Amino acid sequence: MVKKVITGNGASANGARLSRPKVIAAYPITPQTSIIEKLAAMVSNGELDAKFIKVESEHSAMAACIAAQNTGVRTYTASSSHGLALMHEVLMWAAGARLPIVMTDVNRAMGPPWSIWADQQDTIAQRDTGWIQFYVASNQEALDTIIQAYKVAETVNLPAMSIEDAFILSHTMESVDIPDQETVDSFLPPYEPKFRLKVGEPMGFGSLVMPEGYMEFRYKISEAMDEARNVIRKVGKEFGETFGREYGLVEEYKTDDAEVVLVIAGSVASTAMEVVDMMRDEGKKAGVLRIRSFRPFPYEEIRKVAKQTGLFGVFDRSYTGGFGGAIGTEVKAALYNTGDTPPVKNYIAGLGGRDITPKVLNKIFEDMFDSLNAGVKKEVEWVGLRDGTGRW
Amino acid sequence: MSYLDEIPITPIADKSSTANRTGTWRTFRPVIEYEKCTRCMICWKFCPDAAITLEDGEKYAATNDRIKQMIDRAPVIDYVHCKGCGICANECPVDAIQMVKEA
Repeated sequence: MVKKVITGNGASANGARLSRPKVIAAYPITPQTSIIEKLAAMVSNGELDAKFIKVESEHSAMAACIAAQNTGVRTYTASSSHGLALMHEVLMWAAGARLPIVMTDVNRAMGPPWSIWADQQDTIAQRDTGWIQFYVASNQEALDTIIQAYKVAETVNLPAMSIEDAFILSHTMESVDIPDQETVDSFLPPYEPKFRLKVGEPMGFGSLVMPEGYMEFRYKISEAMDEARNVIRKVGKEFGETFGREYGLVEEYKTDDAEVVLVIAGSVASTAMEVVDMMRDEGKKAGVLRIRSFRPFPYEEIRKVAKQTGLFGVFDRSYTGGFGGAIGTEVKAALYNTGDTPPVKNYIAGLGGRDITPKVLNKIFEDMFDSLNAGVKKEVEWVGLRDGTGRW
Repeated sequence: MSYLDEIPITPIADKSSTANRTGTWRTFRPVIEYEKCTRCMICWKFCPDAAITLEDGEKYAATNDRIKQMIDRAPVIDYVHCKGCGICANECPVDAIQMVKEA
């Protein structure tokens, strides 16, 4: 193990290298570029024994990963924003074909207006593709999650995405433990595909299935996603035993006695935890529930925390253009049939990379306490909107 | 055992997609004029369905001595699979492929 000060993209590249993919196919896009530049250098200097395929688009990158994975090898790619959107069709294919491909997405806003900054809209829009989605909160977690993602994906035969915030993680340096190859090898054994295409044995993959037979294949994807919930917990625990850093579907911070809890995904959660400490210094009992796995959705953990708290704030760094943000509506949906549930207020903030400072989060927590006492007046509120009201 | 238990996790067929006789979809059929064809193989390279094969033998022997010296194979349309998209005819640099309406 070595400790190095590296960027989130450097951490992701190292997580990929340590997982020993045999094929990497990728197309550069800001802010993902330095992940694949680093991997290309590792392949070129012999540090990583893999084939690096330069492709003409992100759609082709995923198509190449699908084809390669079908021959029975581990593959990796990375993208961001419009690149991920261009992959959409083949993301669906990877999941339906039950290929445990692992990729990194660097969360970046969708245009127009053109933006290169942090925002979760790109990955939230891929919610229904059948991919497992991990939102990481630190550079260390970016590295650790890729290694775990391969293990989870290969157990349930679904593809998995490790998601890091643009610039806040991707281009910001943090101290990261880089485990040695032998330890990673003992944790993540070589890939053993459940089926694969062999030379001289022609097979057809993803063939036409009539209406009488289709639903059952989709049901199996749904079952695998449900199974992934337990596998992520198990793999996260094993990871903790091997590397000293344990992970789950969620991370709870001072939720045990919290009167209000902010549900949040991504690196903003770490700022929110700082703010919780500040609030507690003033005697205000706040907590944070960080969603690490958005797919599968950690409804059991959310219900557990809901039972012991007075109000949920849900933070969304994206918007669905209908009713609230995706995490907001899903948290509410998870609680609906469980009886006595706390009120839920949805905060939309930080779109297009707008900075979410401790001051902004402090105002959100104060608003949550106000809503706890006086009721939720506005179910969905855009935080920091420059609308002249001066509310935020 | 139920259908759900019987099926694999994703549809996998033990035969390749050549089993699908897609030639029946065709409205226009490409016809190669072998006298004009220079055996450049651009049609073979561009066919999106691998429905052009390379064949040798007397039947496809080049009439032009210069071509004969270079290559003794010719592109042949596989009408069982050719969907008649016309890409080969469009790409042929010497207009040696005509699209003829199916009867």
